[in-house]
Amino acid sequence: MRRNLGPVYTMPMALWITAFFVVPIAIIAVCSFLAKGTYGGVIGRFSLDAYASLANSGLAVVALKTLVQSAAATIFTLVLAIPASYYIARSRYKNALLFLVIIPFWTNFLIRIYAWIAILGTNGFLNGFLVSTGVLSTPVQFLYNQYAVITVLVYTYLPFAILPLYATIEKFDFTLIEAAQDLGATKTQAMMRVLLPNIRPGIITAILFTFIPAFGQYAVPQLVGGRDSFMLGNIIARELTVSRNLPLSSSISVVLTLVTMAGVLLFVKLQAKASKKIRPVQEAE
Amino acid sequence: MARDKKHMSLFAFTATMVFFYAPLLVLVLFSFNASKTMTWSGFSLRWYNELFFGSRDLWRALGNSAIIALTSASVSALLGTLAAIGMYWYNFRLKKYVEISSFLPLIIPEIIIGVSLLIMFGVVGMPLGLGTIFIAHTTFCLPYAMLIVSSRLDEFDYSIVEAAYDLGATEPQALLRVIVPVSMPGIIAAFLVSITLSLEDFVITFFVAGPGSSTLPLHIYSMIRFGVSPVINALSVMLMAASVVLAFSTRGLVKYVAKG
Repeated sequence: MRRNLGPVYTMPMALWITAFFVVPIAIIAVCSFLAKGTYGGVIGRFSLDAYASLANSGLAVVALKTLVQSAAATIFTLVLAIPASYYIARSRYKNALLFLVIIPFWTNFLIRIYAWIAILGTNGFLNGFLVSTGVLSTPVQFLYNQYAVITVLVYTYLPFAILPLYATIEKFDFTLIEAAQDLGATKTQAMMRVLLPNIRPGIITAILFTFIPAFGQYAVPQLVGGRDSFMLGNIIARELTVSRNLPLSSSISVVLTLVTMAGVLLFVKLQAKASKKIRPVQEAE
Repeated sequence: MARDKKHMSLFAFTATMVFFYAPLLVLVLFSFNASKTMTWSGFSLRWYNELFFGSRDLWRALGNSAIIALTSASVSALLGTLAAIGMYWYNFRLKKYVEISSFLPLIIPEIIIGVSLLIMFGVVGMPLGLGTIFIAHTTFCLPYAMLIVSSRLDEFDYSIVEAAYDLGATEPQALLRVIVPVSMPGIIAAFLVSITLSLEDFVITFFVAGPGSSTLPLHIYSMIRFGVSPVINALSVMLMAASVVLAFSTRGLVKYVAKG
């Protein structure tokens, strides 16, 4: 190695990311501390109005709903993903089954959402089926509520949970379960107290890949949600483009960014702890 | 006992597969439906006819998507590769800054990247259009491109670069004739992943697109907003078919990328 070429090679990307990521985020952060202009935009006066109105404009309810919906989606995802990836890991046809998990996600993200609209809508497949078989006399609106949002969120993130879980379960030593059962554990005990603690890193990654992106969702609630199921992402967009309240939109963005970053940090910490914890078990073998 | 567990996991796996494929099968089936509704009324190819011959806007949007994907993936692969090389073998001031600022776009919600770019384009007075979409796509593809090339450099034996220098290579020669060829599988992977990310993106594009610069996802979005349209069914079948054909026809390339 002769000259230090590091800065030369890195410069183009560093400049690009600075100009089109760091600067825009900094602009948002600054806007969140400015006063709202009369015709949208901001005026150059320091103000904490935007943060004050975070507390009393019904936003707390939206934040809570965002939390509940993404947590519910994460739980349902795990409930399906853990046994499903267990099945894949124990199967003789692992690669083929993994392939089956991935294929649906080759279609465009919006088309996958649209498929649910075509099924659940008032003119959708499900209503057509239920009405023609006489179960329903008039169509029911299954869409535009939080159940539709949670369903589509699970649909969107399930493969992202299955893949890391599969990777962890595949490495798990299944004779440990037999050992637990030989020592008198029931099947459920063996699963809960031997399998689950040992695949904790996979579970944490699955939560990270599901909960964090679900928490910042915009498109899913926008398309299949209603007034009762809008999330923080939707409010950011509405405040910016409809209400033209740039400071408020910015302050929600700042909060969402900080919460997301804190969440990722927390998961990374948990992950480090979890992988440390299971090491002695492996060494003891 | 173990068999019971197997039953439960088989049930979960089957449920997952039904959950994954049922919506897509419904789309495929109803793309051949004769009527506009979601009740079956006979086989027809009219929606495919309308897709291919009556949807000029859609094809223009697909063209825009292709232009954006190719340009932003090229720039991302180029800048990402250079940065990966610079970050991997050298230490310099502000390295930590580059590390953090290129990691954050991976975790920050898309809506915030989109909204913040929209606000910045407004501040500097840049008109929204294909140019701003290109900038946005390159921005969110770059971190992935750099990560992918870096992981390729993990297997790189630096002594061959030193050998090149010992044999009298200049720095550009070492870069272009040793480093780049050896990292090529990583560079191609970075390019392909960037293309996929760009073609898929809806949220960020939604905020930075202007009039007349619709991409395919934006066009699909506007179609969905008008309710169920069997043309979308036909389009989704064609997109699924295209993905399968692409996946199989590029198997050789994928193997090359995976094994090097």
